[in-house]
Amino acid sequence: MSTIDAPAPGLAKSIRRTTPRGKAIDPIFEGLCFAAATALLAALGGVLISLFIGGWPALSKFGFGFLTGVTWDPVKDVYGAAGPMVGTLITSAVALAISLPIAGGVAFFLVELCPAPLRRPIGTAVELLAGIPSIVYGMWGLFVFAPYFAAHVETPLMTSAAPGSFAEQLFSGVPNGTGVLAASIILAIMILPFMAATLRELLMTVPAQVRESAYGLGATTGEVVMKVTLPYVRRGAIGAVMLGLGRALGETMAVTFIIGNSHDFPTGLFVAGSTIASTIASEFNEASGLQASALIALGLVLFLITFTVLALARLMLRTQVKG
Amino acid sequence: MAVSTRRIAARKLSNLAFVGFCLLVTAIALTALALILYSLVSQGLGGLNLDIFTKDTPAAGTPGGLLNAIIGSVLMAGLGMVIAVVIGILAGTWLAEYAGESRYGVVVRFLNDVLLSAPSILVGLFVYEILVHPFGSFSGYAGAVALALLAAPVITRTTEDVLKLQPIALRESGVALGTPVWTVIRTILWRGSTSGLLTGALLAFARISGETAPLLFTALNNQFRSFDMSKPMASLPVAIYQDALTPYNDLNRLAWTGALIIAASVLTITIAARFLSKEPRRS
Repeated sequence: MSTIDAPAPGLAKSIRRTTPRGKAIDPIFEGLCFAAATALLAALGGVLISLFIGGWPALSKFGFGFLTGVTWDPVKDVYGAAGPMVGTLITSAVALAISLPIAGGVAFFLVELCPAPLRRPIGTAVELLAGIPSIVYGMWGLFVFAPYFAAHVETPLMTSAAPGSFAEQLFSGVPNGTGVLAASIILAIMILPFMAATLRELLMTVPAQVRESAYGLGATTGEVVMKVTLPYVRRGAIGAVMLGLGRALGETMAVTFIIGNSHDFPTGLFVAGSTIASTIASEFNEASGLQASALIALGLVLFLITFTVLALARLMLRTQVKG
Repeated sequence: MAVSTRRIAARKLSNLAFVGFCLLVTAIALTALALILYSLVSQGLGGLNLDIFTKDTPAAGTPGGLLNAIIGSVLMAGLGMVIAVVIGILAGTWLAEYAGESRYGVVVRFLNDVLLSAPSILVGLFVYEILVHPFGSFSGYAGAVALALLAAPVITRTTEDVLKLQPIALRESGVALGTPVWTVIRTILWRGSTSGLLTGALLAFARISGETAPLLFTALNNQFRSFDMSKPMASLPVAIYQDALTPYNDLNRLAWTGALIIAASVLTITIAARFLSKEPRRS
């Protein structure tokens, strides 16, 4: 933004140059905008620093053992994060494994197969569902899904597993409808609309000529999607999936309702477990001293995991948009 | 010849499998989501009456409503939005108008995107550490700040995006008239993107009105009606969370009704935002 301060020589007498009103505020305004942007940066830095300071007593006491310890015992004041950490990773991974093929299928359906009059309504519905608060998914999971899941999935699977087999170990637990697998399924349903909407948006950025020339060569719908349009947006698609993973990792309410909140190392699909977020949500308000510090240290672990995933996701998405 | 017909048949078959799979999973997904909406409406609608909006949260076994929670949610989300709109629009303006491709700009843009999807419970812990722990009390203000931290990145992002849609010539013609840059931004760029800015604010509002986790450690909860934001404050999501986890049927019903109210308001806000963002592009 250069200033104009050299008046044409002949006009100098007739036009009196005045500084435009409000010119002096320009640097102040720019400073304000800069400060606001910096405030956002400071907030993210503040989260990291405050978690580190708050979690330091627990981290310094247990050292590296905090990450590997499997006991989480407020009575003896011994805290190990392995149970909630593994719970977080397992539920998110299983949720992603369930959700990804379904979200992909929905996105392909909406972009390639859906009859034109239905395309907008279904696409809009999927996008709207992505905005439903997670507590609604959690409540539905607890009150509607859990009883059904217990009666029609858990009990039959547990009774059918042969004693001593791997299946028996896998399906061990209490068939009350809550637990690690149930939480993963609810998480999967929760991230599904979000991932489907993002994938659909990405697939729609593929230029029509690219898709049409593939069809023109005689490719089938499946071949167009798998060999042309999906590879075209692959970096973005990976980014979208990781964004979904980030959501699953940090999700609190949908999980807290249904995972059972036990800090033991999860040993089967139907046993009660916990995630980092659910542990913090259910214990933090009653915690003090070392337990509070341990919970904040858990938060730090979650921050580092999600930050890595989200940063990678954004890098992938960004290069996709540019490239 | 025979080989190629067989190959074509195989390709057709695999395509059929692909199409069938897409149809099947779409049906499954839509059914699951429809089931959730159905239980929300069928369980929540029964409890929806005037008491919900005129009475406070009850103890189990007594009649009551959600008025104190609704008031708390509106106050905290309202204050949170005021903070977030100021910070978000200024920060977005900086990113769009001043930052360019400078290194600091790139960093802020990137980290804002990360903050945008950071786990909300960590934001709650952070605000607990800076506003609740030092002052010794849970408060509505802390809740509002936590919500503001979740809304600001959304507004920053949309502000930057809509400002960048404005043609460069618009800025140049403003500056060429001798207008100070900040006046150009206010009277030309912001005014020209009003609907886009409003859309961003509405989307952010929709996001924070259903947030539960960050309020658990900041605003906590309050059984009673309160307008004092320096004290613990009830909110709709936290009331739902606590009522749903009790073994009492009447409180559970109240939780369903609360969930229906939240979901309905979030959907309304989102639809309003979509409607707004569609308008100008058509003309």
